[in-house]
Amino acid sequence: MTIEIIKPGALSTLQDLGRVGFQHFGVPVSGVMDEWSHRVANLLVGNPEGEATLEITLMGPSLRFTRPALIAITGADLSPHIGEHPVPQETPVFLRAGSRLDFGQRVAGLRAYLAIHGGFAVATVMNSKATYVRGGFGGLEGRALRKGDVLHIGTGEPERVYSPLAAMLRTGPLPFVALQDPPKSPVAPPAGWPMPVRLIEGQQWHAFSLDAQNALRNAEFRLTPQSDRMGFRFEGPKLLLREPLEMISEAVAFGTIQVPADGCPIVLMADRQTTGGYPKIASVASVDLPVLAQMMPHQGVRFTLISLEQAQQLYLAREQMIAAIAMQVKVLPRR
Amino acid sequence: MTSSKTQAPGPSGAWHIAPLGDRAMIIEFGQRVDPEISARVRAVAQSFMLNPLSGVSDVVPAFTSVALHYRPESFSDGVPYEELRRKVEALLTLGIACQETATRVIEVPVSYGGEFGPDLQEVASLCKLSPHEVITRHAASAHVVYMLGFAPGFPYLGGLDPRLAVPRRATPRPVVPAGSVAIARDQSVIYPLATPGGWNLIGRTPLRLFLPAVQPPCLLQPGDGVRFVPISPEEYRALESRV
Repeated sequence: MTIEIIKPGALSTLQDLGRVGFQHFGVPVSGVMDEWSHRVANLLVGNPEGEATLEITLMGPSLRFTRPALIAITGADLSPHIGEHPVPQETPVFLRAGSRLDFGQRVAGLRAYLAIHGGFAVATVMNSKATYVRGGFGGLEGRALRKGDVLHIGTGEPERVYSPLAAMLRTGPLPFVALQDPPKSPVAPPAGWPMPVRLIEGQQWHAFSLDAQNALRNAEFRLTPQSDRMGFRFEGPKLLLREPLEMISEAVAFGTIQVPADGCPIVLMADRQTTGGYPKIASVASVDLPVLAQMMPHQGVRFTLISLEQAQQLYLAREQMIAAIAMQVKVLPRR
Repeated sequence: MTSSKTQAPGPSGAWHIAPLGDRAMIIEFGQRVDPEISARVRAVAQSFMLNPLSGVSDVVPAFTSVALHYRPESFSDGVPYEELRRKVEALLTLGIACQETATRVIEVPVSYGGEFGPDLQEVASLCKLSPHEVITRHAASAHVVYMLGFAPGFPYLGGLDPRLAVPRRATPRPVVPAGSVAIARDQSVIYPLATPGGWNLIGRTPLRLFLPAVQPPCLLQPGDGVRFVPISPEEYRALESRV
């Protein structure tokens, strides 16, 4: 079973939950920008949530599936379609052999995730299939997809997961069938959640001026186009220190907000370096990172401060939502 | 957001624990870059790597600190951060011995100056030394790997001869070639990959410092001693064709 890349899209890379356990070598974690959408996509097709998905950015690819395939598309709405039929998202979809999946107009969000039952059969590098383009390793040859690439799919039994779908596909008129009543989380997916994005204080919070602390909690910040998988640079009121600070490089994490001397905050994202030497004013609560991951350049955002305890409660609640989805997939009818 | 400054028994000194977001914490052992603090950082990091704490996914030593990245869902009672902090406090209070035994010394061949070290001349004039003296002093310094960071396999080395202290370049280069050996202030670095960089390039090594498909992927690890061995450009090319 393979997927042929007819068109690669703007930036389509294989990603998983990251290169865990290698940061002491200076190796970035990488992995998906939107962990929520990635995990849900995998669960919907019966994969382990750490399996690689295709992270699709802004302009999607055109893909041909050589064999029947069970897929799920989550995250941004980039108008996936087969022929003239829109393909539903956030639900498992069974495709016929030879189907060509295209993407169109961006409707909402920036990054879509495509999971396929069986997963993507690429070699792991340092225990991960995540593509790190700057380092040139991981995923498919350490790079984004190109026209003419062929992605091999791992062995699976798509007909066994959701067997009624497979049966419907054999008799139905459409090029695909989707589960009518997909597994739902108890709350709407985070991409639809209202702003503001929640932060917790960073180690150098108190080294910033009162103006800076107030601005971060009250003002609007705009995502600049100088933003990528490594970091999101925001523009807004300048965030200045009370007095110059001598910093010694130390570890940083997904969502750490560093402020260089120019006063513009940078949120460190999936391809961040392992260490950094700028003052850290705050960190984005992990549960809200998917919201940032779906932002478009020039889009505005507001932030609010919560405690570490609150952030970790939200995190644990989010894990229970994932577990609830996994449970629903498990009890769906199958042969 | 509790923090603690506790005096541990023995020579291990104080530490300070703080959250790094909701999935990591940083244990800080001091606020200056020096060999003693660095040795302590390495001992603690090594201890946490050899005896992994449940729920901890990454142990990241830096100049003065060790970060623990963890999975909050692995902690069952109360606030995950507090639970892990208590465990870490208990272990640090018991004391972690600094082992300075069997330190490796790795020889790194370097072709100094010329096209490989375009800043050698400028460094020499800043230090009021001849280029030859800069090379001799750099090769004679007892370098030790403090940490890896900035890029995969990128080592920060302490132990530079104080006579070679020069500031970083005012304007960073957009691309520093892989293998470049560079200095600034009291440290040396080696660029494993071609990246932007603001350090003073004094030479280049043909060794590959980072190979993603090899386990471990890095030639150097924190605590390793490094001895730079001057080689000629011809020797550089001969070695380069072999690695």
